[in-house]
Amino acid sequence: MSVARPKQDALDARLASLVVPDGFDPARASALARVRAMGLPGRRDEYWRYTDPADLNAVATPYAARSADAENEPAPFGGIDQLKIVFVDGVFDAEASDDLTLSGVEIARLSEAVDMSWAQDLYGSLEARGQTPVQRPLAAINTAFATDGVLIRVTGQAARPVSIVYTRNSETSDAMLHHCIHLDAGAELTLLESGTVAARSCSVMEVEVSAGARFHHIRTQGRDHDPRTLTHIFARLASGAMFKSFTMTANGILTRNEAVLELVGDDAVAHLAGAALGDGAFHHDDTVFVTHQGLRCESRQVFKKVLKNGAVGVFQGKILVKPGAQKTDGYQISQALLLDDDSQFLAKPELEIYADDVKCSHGSTSGAIDETALFYLRSRGVSLKAAQALLVLAFLAEAISEIADEALAEDIRSRLESWLAGHGA
Amino acid sequence: MLNISNLHVKLEEEDKQILRGVDLAIGPGEVHAIMGPNGSGKSTLSYVLSGRGGYTVTEGTATLDDVDLLGMEPEQRAAAGLFLAFQYPVEIPGVGNMTFLRTALNSQRKLRGEREISAGDFLKLVREKAKGLKIDADMLKRPVNVGFSGGEKKRNEILQMAMLEPRMCILDETDSGLDVDAMKLVADGVNALRGAGRSFLVITHYQRLLDHIAPDVVHIMAAGRIIRSGGPDLALQVENNGYADLLAGAA
Ligand SMILES: Nc1ncnc2c1ncn2[C@@H]1O[C@H](COP(=O)(O)OP(=O)(O)O)[C@@H](O)[C@H]1O
Ligand SMILES: [Mg+2]
Repeated sequence: MSVARPKQDALDARLASLVVPDGFDPARASALARVRAMGLPGRRDEYWRYTDPADLNAVATPYAARSADAENEPAPFGGIDQLKIVFVDGVFDAEASDDLTLSGVEIARLSEAVDMSWAQDLYGSLEARGQTPVQRPLAAINTAFATDGVLIRVTGQAARPVSIVYTRNSETSDAMLHHCIHLDAGAELTLLESGTVAARSCSVMEVEVSAGARFHHIRTQGRDHDPRTLTHIFARLASGAMFKSFTMTANGILTRNEAVLELVGDDAVAHLAGAALGDGAFHHDDTVFVTHQGLRCESRQVFKKVLKNGAVGVFQGKILVKPGAQKTDGYQISQALLLDDDSQFLAKPELEIYADDVKCSHGSTSGAIDETALFYLRSRGVSLKAAQALLVLAFLAEAISEIADEALAEDIRSRLESWLAGHGA
Repeated sequence: MLNISNLHVKLEEEDKQILRGVDLAIGPGEVHAIMGPNGSGKSTLSYVLSGRGGYTVTEGTATLDDVDLLGMEPEQRAAAGLFLAFQYPVEIPGVGNMTFLRTALNSQRKLRGEREISAGDFLKLVREKAKGLKIDADMLKRPVNVGFSGGEKKRNEILQMAMLEPRMCILDETDSGLDVDAMKLVADGVNALRGAGRSFLVITHYQRLLDHIAPDVVHIMAAGRIIRSGGPDLALQVENNGYADLLAGAA
């Protein structure tokens, strides 16, 4: 495979600006080879038509001003007992982080874990699998160049959630973090992520969920206006494994969250949900690829976006049911609530099914707030703002209900309310 | 209490006149009924009074206790004591009935500068009022009106009215779609609220609701105007002879 000349130049320039760190050498070398074969993403690529990758490809980090809204953000997951791991502009902050010991879990930093064999096996492997049938060159760049990240091996029941907290102080920081999470059979972990990684970031998280293991992931991004954020989750589920991930995004000039899930074993369950809120210069893209291979697996995708003042929402979600994946139960819904005529929602839902005994449904809608319901609430004395907030939360409810833990769901709800209070809806 | 004078209303989006000079005065503690053929403008009157969009008042006034209603936001009208039991109560998926009731009650208190009701007091109150209307715990937990039968929706309207304790209650065909038992429940709910200077405007097609909620005055509305007003016997006349005679008399 070869890359066309101008694209080749752009790729060479980008790669020349990066340094391959020590450790995980074979995985990094093969990732680099993948990148060279693929080139950088461009708007002609099927899954980059709605989102311009230019800012993510650029050699220099686009300037990202700090915003007051970010400072007003309530502390992430306050009041929830958690083990905190803090990164500032993509650099580990030992002082702000907790001691990395936790019952039921082994935690290490990517930059210090040269000889962990489970991590050597996992690092880059799910990302590499996730390159077919759709190429994700920026994920391969991450594998080649990631400077740090968290390696988590869950051997039993994690005593409390592991919480990765990002803060950014720089207007030009550029971060590549790569997390690997391996849940042994029957193990269980809740992983929290919060904050803005850097002025620009490209992250990868690989999650291996062994038989009967349970992984819960709750993430809040944003309240920061200017950053460019690209995340990838690559997860593989063995028999009876469960994977649940919920992401809340409020603000952000460019956010793209990719998720590539493979349900390999039988009876696995994968749920992905997102609630995104944008006002003004906001571009939010969820790109999801779920592959069903095992028998009787269930997958659910619930993505909701609230858009105003020209905000743009993108959803690209695919369910692929492989031959033999009988009794698959796949569900996908993507919906946008457009609070004005300037905002737009672009959706590309896809089903590709090669088994005959499956149940798959998908739907995508965009619409305005229900004026009749709004009047009904107001006629009972609820103020316009409160009525709008109530209806927006009602719109998001199906996504929030994917958070199993009630305290975490309440935390997310109060963050959504706080954003809505500040953005006139 | 409620004073409506020469009220003219047209649709905002098209040149269609719906109310053509409505005059109506309801004193404190009075119960008035409005009857009239379909399409005569009864619901429009109730919507315009409560502040629904889509209508333009071209002439006339409406005041509640001498305060101009038409210049207020819908929520302000509610806080001022106006309540409309909808002809078609609205379903709101994702908003729990209890949350809705508590939010409404506290919003009105806030708008009136009063303290919020405590969670405990609220629960006690809602349970007591719901019991009288035979509204069970399940209906209180469900999203507002979602999956409710026609009768359940109407009873839910009366529950809201009982919780919010408005002074001027408008009931828009609250009896339609109710069987005899449900109508009795609704009427009892309304009658329990009578007194204390609370006034009612009952819009209905049928005499039978008025057997339970005895009106002081009955009005007949046709083509956007009140064409006749009289005592309770006017409703009986409609029940027996229909509107034809009255309409002919007005023309
Ligand atoms: N929003 C609207 N759009 C179009 N026509 C309307 C609207 N609201 C009311 N109308 C018309 O106004 C007239 C009065 O309606 P309505 O007030 O519902 O009458 P009633 O309640 O007495 O049956 C009807 O002809 C109805 O079709
Ligand atoms: Mg009507």
